[in-house]
Amino acid sequence: MSDATQDGPVLAADGTPLKRSLSRALRAQKLRALMLIAPLLLFILITFIAPIVDMLFRSVENQIVSETLPRTVVELEGWDAEGVPSEDVYAALAYDFMEAAERRNHTRLGSRLNYETTGISSLFRQSGRGVDDIGEDYADQFHDLNPAWEESETWAALMGAPDWVEAQSADDVEGAGLLFRLSVAIQDVLPETSDAYRSFARTVQSEDNDNPVAEEPWNTVYLALYRDLSTGEVSGYDGPMADLLAEAAAAVPDFEGMTPREAFADINDDWLDTEVWATIEAFSDPYTAGYFLSAIDLQLTPDGVERQPPEQRVYLLLFNRTIFMSMAITLMCVLLGYPIAYLLSNLPARTSNLLLILVLLPFWTSLLVRTSAWKVLLQQQGVINDLLVWIGLVADDARLALINNQLGTIIAMTHILLPFMILPLFSVMKTIPPSYVRAAKSLGATNFTAFRRVYFPQSIPGIGAGCILVFILAIGYYITPELVGGRTGTFISNRIAYHISSSLNWGLAAALGTILLALVLVLYWVYDRIVGIDNVKLG
Amino acid sequence: MTSDGTQAFVAFDRVQKSYDGEVLVVKDLNLHIGRGEFLTMLGPSGSGKTTCLMMLAGFETATHGEITLDGKPINNIPPHKRGIGMVFQNYALFPHMTVGENLSFPLEVRGMAKSEREGKIKRALDMVQMGDFINRRPAQLSGGQQQRIALARALVFEPELVLMDEPLGALDKQLRETLQFEITNLAHELGITTVYVTHDQTEALTMSDRVAVFDDGRIQQLAAPDTLYEEPQNSFVAQFIGENNTLQGTVSKISGDMCEVTLTDGSIIDAVPVNVSAVGEKTQVSIRPERVEMNRERLADDVHTLTAEVLEFVYMGDIYRTRLRVAGKDDFIIKTRNAPDQRRLRPGESIEIGWRPQDCRALDA
Repeated sequence: MSDATQDGPVLAADGTPLKRSLSRALRAQKLRALMLIAPLLLFILITFIAPIVDMLFRSVENQIVSETLPRTVVELEGWDAEGVPSEDVYAALAYDFMEAAERRNHTRLGSRLNYETTGISSLFRQSGRGVDDIGEDYADQFHDLNPAWEESETWAALMGAPDWVEAQSADDVEGAGLLFRLSVAIQDVLPETSDAYRSFARTVQSEDNDNPVAEEPWNTVYLALYRDLSTGEVSGYDGPMADLLAEAAAAVPDFEGMTPREAFADINDDWLDTEVWATIEAFSDPYTAGYFLSAIDLQLTPDGVERQPPEQRVYLLLFNRTIFMSMAITLMCVLLGYPIAYLLSNLPARTSNLLLILVLLPFWTSLLVRTSAWKVLLQQQGVINDLLVWIGLVADDARLALINNQLGTIIAMTHILLPFMILPLFSVMKTIPPSYVRAAKSLGATNFTAFRRVYFPQSIPGIGAGCILVFILAIGYYITPELVGGRTGTFISNRIAYHISSSLNWGLAAALGTILLALVLVLYWVYDRIVGIDNVKLG
Repeated sequence: MTSDGTQAFVAFDRVQKSYDGEVLVVKDLNLHIGRGEFLTMLGPSGSGKTTCLMMLAGFETATHGEITLDGKPINNIPPHKRGIGMVFQNYALFPHMTVGENLSFPLEVRGMAKSEREGKIKRALDMVQMGDFINRRPAQLSGGQQQRIALARALVFEPELVLMDEPLGALDKQLRETLQFEITNLAHELGITTVYVTHDQTEALTMSDRVAVFDDGRIQQLAAPDTLYEEPQNSFVAQFIGENNTLQGTVSKISGDMCEVTLTDGSIIDAVPVNVSAVGEKTQVSIRPERVEMNRERLADDVHTLTAEVLEFVYMGDIYRTRLRVAGKDDFIIKTRNAPDQRRLRPGESIEIGWRPQDCRALDA
């Protein structure tokens, strides 16, 4: 008592504040507890949490466009989204595409963008084959002007940093040699060319393990040279090959050839289609809401967010169906499980233990076996239909469709999830002393009133726990709906599995998974507000 | 008919009860309880007292015999129609309801209007001095408070009969004594008939008008507390109620309402014949420790006395408790008041003890 009346913090016997003294005393204990859980914690973090976080991250990640077509993305920023983009954009696309084609990245990007606009995949594949030829007409004219332009050494001397050229020109260079470095002098004079050449040089080095000094540049480099010389001024340049460059600069105004736009249009008309460009621009950000929009049947269009065309709307329907069916299954479990749990909790221990084993019996067999058993029972030529026909309740030509629809999923999943309802109900009911109901009766309540007003309210925590367990298990269930659900009885999880393993659209799968997770958390929150999570007891 | 000749309010008539069809837990029970009476069923566990209570409440059915309430047979009336208030050992307050809602429950199921309910609830709570706790939940109350609420709930619908099943069993001694007093007062004030079950003999003696001592499915003795204590009808009751000294012997002489008993070591004592009727019968005599006299001068001249050896002396504050060896038995206890003139005995000392013949009862062997 005297401690409490003192001013300031309570002190321990040695004069240190009691709080600090206590926390020091508990530190070793806490540390020990932490050590005990550390292995499991690490295991979970590494094998479970981290992959999930990574997977969820994929739902917004979209670096593939900006990584594969970096120059195009920059140039597209100035595009007004109306009409065909400028020649600069096509030129940038030519440089990007050439490198992507050499690195064989363009098909990957094509399939990614194909999720958004169908047809892009084949467009990209075709363009990958044709991009080699873009700038060929200019290359020929440079070769005609001066055969030196055909020599790879000419290009290396012009573009490379002097010490790099010297090192790479030695006889004993094996493979790619040193990583290409650009000459400082040339960068200002020929910006596009130096960029295109560097792209060429480094790609050749990393993809083919060749020495750029011995390789003739791609045709797109000639295109870049043409574009630089026709717009820029080279008179101030006095580095290597200055004469050659001056000669070319003088000749360039007479060159003729296809502009980049014409070249792409020559490969495929679709490159003049604004929709393709709009798609590229829309997904040029490194992060995108596109997967999430797709996951709720929306799409990103140049005019903003729109609903998918009706025939492609599938996910909202699936989400609704998943929630509705999970609720139906949960309700069925409550209706079927409550009386059983009540009976179990009121029987003598020996009998109830025996019956409890029967409740747990399904866990002894595999989930697949149980689900397959339902297939045998429920199909049109199955046991139940045969029985009904034999009794005469159902005509032979009008057998009931009990499987491969929602009914089948609800029946099979109710059976599989029922123990998860019975066990928490049982353990909660077990703790309700019979004297409560007796007291209610002695106070004048009929059997029904005693149950409704005294027993039932006390069993609600068990119902709550059972419902949470069953509902959350049901909402993410995969195997059973896959096997017995048919077309109308599948869940969103089946769609997620499809995108993970068949369509390989992991971004969309991640977005669907994230939405499902968020949905469960929101429902959990709502449940907490209505029932109160304190009211949930597992025993 | 009760002992005082009025019509019995509650009557058990030749009631038997068996759970398994092999053993009778209640054997031929005949018990009449008068209106307004406070009757306690006392007995060790398994003696059948709680079963009797449950049969009266309607939670168990009698295997044979009839139970009547206010003259009407109730064997086939379900518990909720009997209108009997009941207090349970673990209070059985509904944990999901407040105190007020708990009290309101019996009134609601009787279809009482809200305004009327409120008045009754308030009165019932005031009766047990718990008026301020109407909005608390049972879990927020102490054991004693919960028991008061349980009592109020059993009384709020004004039943004429209230059953209590070891209601004070879970409370500490001091609280138990306070509540014993309160419950008896309340029962008498309201004029309700109370059947109280306990295994605590002090509780039974202090609270009841009459006590029914149960053993082995039968009522061993049904009497007022003082009669029960001072005039036990058989050795079970004598042993069960209060502390008691017993000595084995044979009846050697009967003369009217007095007899002489020869103990196993040959010494002779005086006793009242209760369960013995002939010379030569084996008997167990019973004498209360506080009725043993060690001052020869206070006894009549013609009574027999015994020589005893002091084995142990215990100082207990208000009394001295001394253990003696008497007639070859080591567990003979005497209690003497801690009075200024009282002598403290020393172990090893030899003393002469005796008693008034009417304090010593020759019972069944």
